Amino acid sequence: MHPVLKTVLARLGLGLMTLFFVSVVIFLSIEMLPGDFTQAVLGQAATEETVTAFRRELGLDQPAITRYFDWIGGVATGDFGTSFSGRAASGVDRSRPVVALIGPRLENTLFLAGMTAVIAVPLALFLGITAALWRNSIYDRIVSSTTLTTISFPEFFVAYLLILFFASLWPVFPSLANVSPQMDLWERVYRCILPSATLMLVIVAHMMRMTRAAIINLLAQPYIEMARLKGLPARTVILRHALPNAWAPIVNVIAFNLAYLVVGVVVVEVVFVYPGIGQLMVDAVTTRDIPVVQACALIFAATYILLNLFADIISIITNPRLLHPR
Amino acid sequence: MTNTTDETYSAAAEVAQVRVRRTWRERAWLSLKKAPPTAWFGMVVIAIYLVVAILAPLIAPYGEAQVFPAPYAPWSAEHLFGTDQIGRDIFSRLIYGARNTIGIALATTLLAFTIGGGLALAAAILRGWTDQILSRIVDVLMAIPSLIFALMLLSIFGASVVSLILIIAVLDSTRVFRLTRAVAMNVVVMEYVEAARLRGEGTGWIMRREILPNILPPLVAEFGLRFCFVFLTVAALSFLGLGIQPPTADWGSMVRENASLIQFAQYDLKAALTPLLPAAAIALLTVAVNFVVDWFLYKTSGLRDER
Repeated sequence: MHPVLKTVLARLGLGLMTLFFVSVVIFLSIEMLPGDFTQAVLGQAATEETVTAFRRELGLDQPAITRYFDWIGGVATGDFGTSFSGRAASGVDRSRPVVALIGPRLENTLFLAGMTAVIAVPLALFLGITAALWRNSIYDRIVSSTTLTTISFPEFFVAYLLILFFASLWPVFPSLANVSPQMDLWERVYRCILPSATLMLVIVAHMMRMTRAAIINLLAQPYIEMARLKGLPARTVILRHALPNAWAPIVNVIAFNLAYLVVGVVVVEVVFVYPGIGQLMVDAVTTRDIPVVQACALIFAATYILLNLFADIISIITNPRLLHPR
Repeated sequence: MTNTTDETYSAAAEVAQVRVRRTWRERAWLSLKKAPPTAWFGMVVIAIYLVVAILAPLIAPYGEAQVFPAPYAPWSAEHLFGTDQIGRDIFSRLIYGARNTIGIALATTLLAFTIGGGLALAAAILRGWTDQILSRIVDVLMAIPSLIFALMLLSIFGASVVSLILIIAVLDSTRVFRLTRAVAMNVVVMEYVEAARLRGEGTGWIMRREILPNILPPLVAEFGLRFCFVFLTVAALSFLGLGIQPPTADWGSMVRENASLIQFAQYDLKAALTPLLPAAAIALLTVAVNFVVDWFLYKTSGLRDER
């Protein structure tokens, strides 16, 4: 087998295995719940029958392994179970399926993350690469020290600073990003500008610093020095010798930061009251709505793992050393 | 060593001189003198934070949860930064917040290092299946974004200070484990470790006396960075309302409680700045720690970033 294919398959297998174990960890979390949580959900006045019925609905009368495969089978077919909220002690069940709760919000979150990424990724790469090429210039110093400061700020600090300046002192953008499905694209974009800008400031700083470090590390390699000493023009050194080796670190930086974006949205969504999946998860944690928390955690974790898997595969495919097997 | 204070340097004098070893204190002072201004700034800021945190009850003008009749009072002489939504003095709460937020972050980081570092050293020394099992568990735990994992665990165990410290410490210990194991692996294969083992020393002794002193510099730097990370996570969770619970003063939740004041920036700029004060306090400490760690890394090399 071709070594590239072999490595890719091995990495793919490892990724799927990680996904499996992560789903087990998330599933096991429900096992650690204290025994009386049915009462917490249904209320103190719950009758014996209601509790038993609820426990049977959750499948608590079956062994954990059966329940795990039921759950993961449901997830695979797009069924995350039913939310805990909306249940009453009398046995009246007004709860909604988790998918119905998550679906539209996941869409909103992806919209926000996508909008941020489209602008942030090219900008960060441009800043990082130029800063690395003109290392120690004034440009490099300004960009580097600005990003070091932004990195140290918590997301909500950046968010409130933006609100203070652009929504309160000089009201040009809305401070509440309440979007609804009926809105047209531009209205949506307009409402999302401040949350998106917050994420952008944080993520561009991270991405720029990592790109810069990766490129500087690359340019310090002996083969680059060799190419320079051979007398090759700077353009050839960068395009022919540096770039093919640069894809792997750059793709890794992008994937790492998109994964970071997935986590960063939680705080930003709460600040701007944006109806996304992060806000849903925080609400579910407060009300201890376990099925929703599990579903959100699984979605976040899966996105994170898949992004990293994708980056690894791209860096294997673009690795010039593996392309020419001896 | 050379006698640098003298204007005229004489090689003969130096040769004749008895070699003097600088004491620990002299060496520390010398490297401090050479520290760049950013590092000095960082150290001064950290020192101020620590003093405020330790002496909080002496510095704060009012009690942590003392309620005054006027909620949302403006900045004034008796309430330096005004009062919050139920009439507690913001300035006092900021000072107590230093104690709570920094204290919790520090306890969490220490716990994370005890768990992660201890297990990593054990894995590096014992090798074999201990190492394999621990490393695979850490791989799986690291595949879940830590804020998401923390949120999930908090929904199960409920939001309290103890569960907050335990959950974040366990999650962060995975990162500590990775680094410690990596650096310890290089030291474990050294001859002096082999010699100690042949001498019949136990695992604990080898851990403490042979390996730990040799991997200390990267661990100290990691401690600083990990502290920043934990500090920001605790602040974020408190901000989301899932961390430190009221009435305990804490910077993250203070930002959220007073956030609505920002809307009135056009009428009262000072009031609008109030929710930003705790956020700025968090940011300033993180910047300071980062500066010091940068300098420390540069000095002890090894993990030197680019350059």
